[in-house]
Amino acid sequence: METRATATLEPGQPVVQLDGVTVIYGRNRALKDVSARFSRGAVGLLGPNGAGKSTLLKSLLGFVKPDQGQMSVLGLDVAERPMEIRARIGYMPESDAHIPGLNAVSFVAYCGQLAGLPAVDAMQRAHEVLYYVGLGEARYRNLETYSTGMKQRIKLAQALVHDPDLLFLDEPTNGMDPKGRDEMLDLIRDLGHNKNVNLILSSHLLPDVEYTCDHVVVMDKGQVVAQGPIEELKGPAGRVFELRVKGSLPSFIEVLQQAGMECHATDEDVMRVFVPAAASGDGGDQGAIFALAARHGVQVRHLRPSVPTLEDVFAKAVGEE
Amino acid sequence: MPIHDQSYRRYGGGRTSPGRAWTVIARAGILTMIRKRAFLGLLVFAWLPFIVRAVQIYITANFPQTAVFAPTAQTFREFLEQQEFFVFVVTIYVGAGLIANDRRANALQIYLSKPLMRSEYIAGKAAVLFAFLLLVTWVPSMLLLLLQVLFAGSFAFLRNNLFLFPAITVASFLQVLVATFTMLALSSLSKSARYVGILYAGIIFFTAAIYGAMYAITGDSSLSWLSIGSNLTQVVDVVFRIKPRYATPWPVSFIVIVGLVVVSLSVLERRVRGVEVVT
Repeated sequence: METRATATLEPGQPVVQLDGVTVIYGRNRALKDVSARFSRGAVGLLGPNGAGKSTLLKSLLGFVKPDQGQMSVLGLDVAERPMEIRARIGYMPESDAHIPGLNAVSFVAYCGQLAGLPAVDAMQRAHEVLYYVGLGEARYRNLETYSTGMKQRIKLAQALVHDPDLLFLDEPTNGMDPKGRDEMLDLIRDLGHNKNVNLILSSHLLPDVEYTCDHVVVMDKGQVVAQGPIEELKGPAGRVFELRVKGSLPSFIEVLQQAGMECHATDEDVMRVFVPAAASGDGGDQGAIFALAARHGVQVRHLRPSVPTLEDVFAKAVGEE
Repeated sequence: MPIHDQSYRRYGGGRTSPGRAWTVIARAGILTMIRKRAFLGLLVFAWLPFIVRAVQIYITANFPQTAVFAPTAQTFREFLEQQEFFVFVVTIYVGAGLIANDRRANALQIYLSKPLMRSEYIAGKAAVLFAFLLLVTWVPSMLLLLLQVLFAGSFAFLRNNLFLFPAITVASFLQVLVATFTMLALSSLSKSARYVGILYAGIIFFTAAIYGAMYAITGDSSLSWLSIGSNLTQVVDVVFRIKPRYATPWPVSFIVIVGLVVVSLSVLERRVRGVEVVT
């Protein structure tokens, strides 16, 4: 199955592209010369609160006019063709948002009509989408009676009802309980991987992005600090270990660094050691550490392999140790 | 294997052409209002003066001894003036929450993430109030004109007062336009419909009170332009070819009305946005 986006995009062309985008709110530069490419599929927009993720999404929607730079969504210029873009995207806002006085099915159908669906089709789609997001049984309830988790789901439903080519999801798991959060992430993963809907998931939660997305754009302080496929960003060939030793710690760190390994102290006597593939000895990555320890009379008390996570990528990108 | 997959499906149907979303908003708004019994009661109440006038027209058309009560062009002007009270009430009842409720529920970002322009959103909301206000001004006035022809069995009255059709239309639309845009602008300023209603009533009464006080002090009605209601009265009098009741030149009153609408549109332009930027 092919998404409609691919019908108008050149092969390999990103669904969203930003070139030198700057957004200034008063004296605050919310986005600083941001250039990024969001490829097809599920892309995470990762960053701490205040990094500029929501501003970026709102700029792409045309809510905020950039002071500099160019943006395109699905191959269409945001400044010139905002209506065509909005007809083809779905937006799930971060904050609680609904249209007052409506029940769920009327709300979603209404959103479908606003997006250009005929009334009958909009109502049919509303029922289908509400079942999909798990609100089938509650679809005749007034929205004001919904719990936080249900409100998150209804926001996803209204973003999906007109079958967008690209979804903007702004912190979709905010305020959800663990079970609801898992279900929401499963829905997002299903949309991105099985239903061929392109999506951009904005979140400050690393596990959410890691679970649902294949690519990531990392933002910090209004700038893009890393971007690309998550697996690639997770790191070069090599392994990370948690290591605790008995002996002279500073001198052993020096030894490890001289052997081409990266060491970061994480606790009083625990450190994280990255062993590049080139530094591995005959006994493998851990063998190299044991050999160095034996050679310098240091006792290894604890050695545990650590799987590189998106957290490592993020920490590295924003310059944290 | 499931007979029917209830998971997400792509949509293959048609889509309406852009630029029609305002009709969706207007339709939804009108349906929401007419589902309220209290509002229907208000509409019935607003049509009582029409019934009284219709009876008056019927009696004078059929009983020559009551000719002294026969309708004139002035009758239609008076009818519209009576309806001003209902215009005020309907404006508050329908209009106060039109944008304020959307702002309270953060609905603007939902609306404006769809393929509709801000002007379409405003047009849709304005159409709701516009429709109900015309329902208590222009529609009953025109029906009275029609009843006059039907009950009298001749076009003589209409022929002699041909200006009534455009006069009623212009006067009604002017009243409705001012009420609609003033209320929408106020509604966009707050998240509380109740507060907006109070603010609207306050503005109408306060401007009237200011003019009343100035008139009591100076004994001169040339400051009537201070009151929104007086400006409308002044211009509508001219539209109905009646001697204006205030000393303010009617073009001044007209300019104040136009200014009010322009200010209201400017407020709407600033307030109806997908995101509120606080710097």
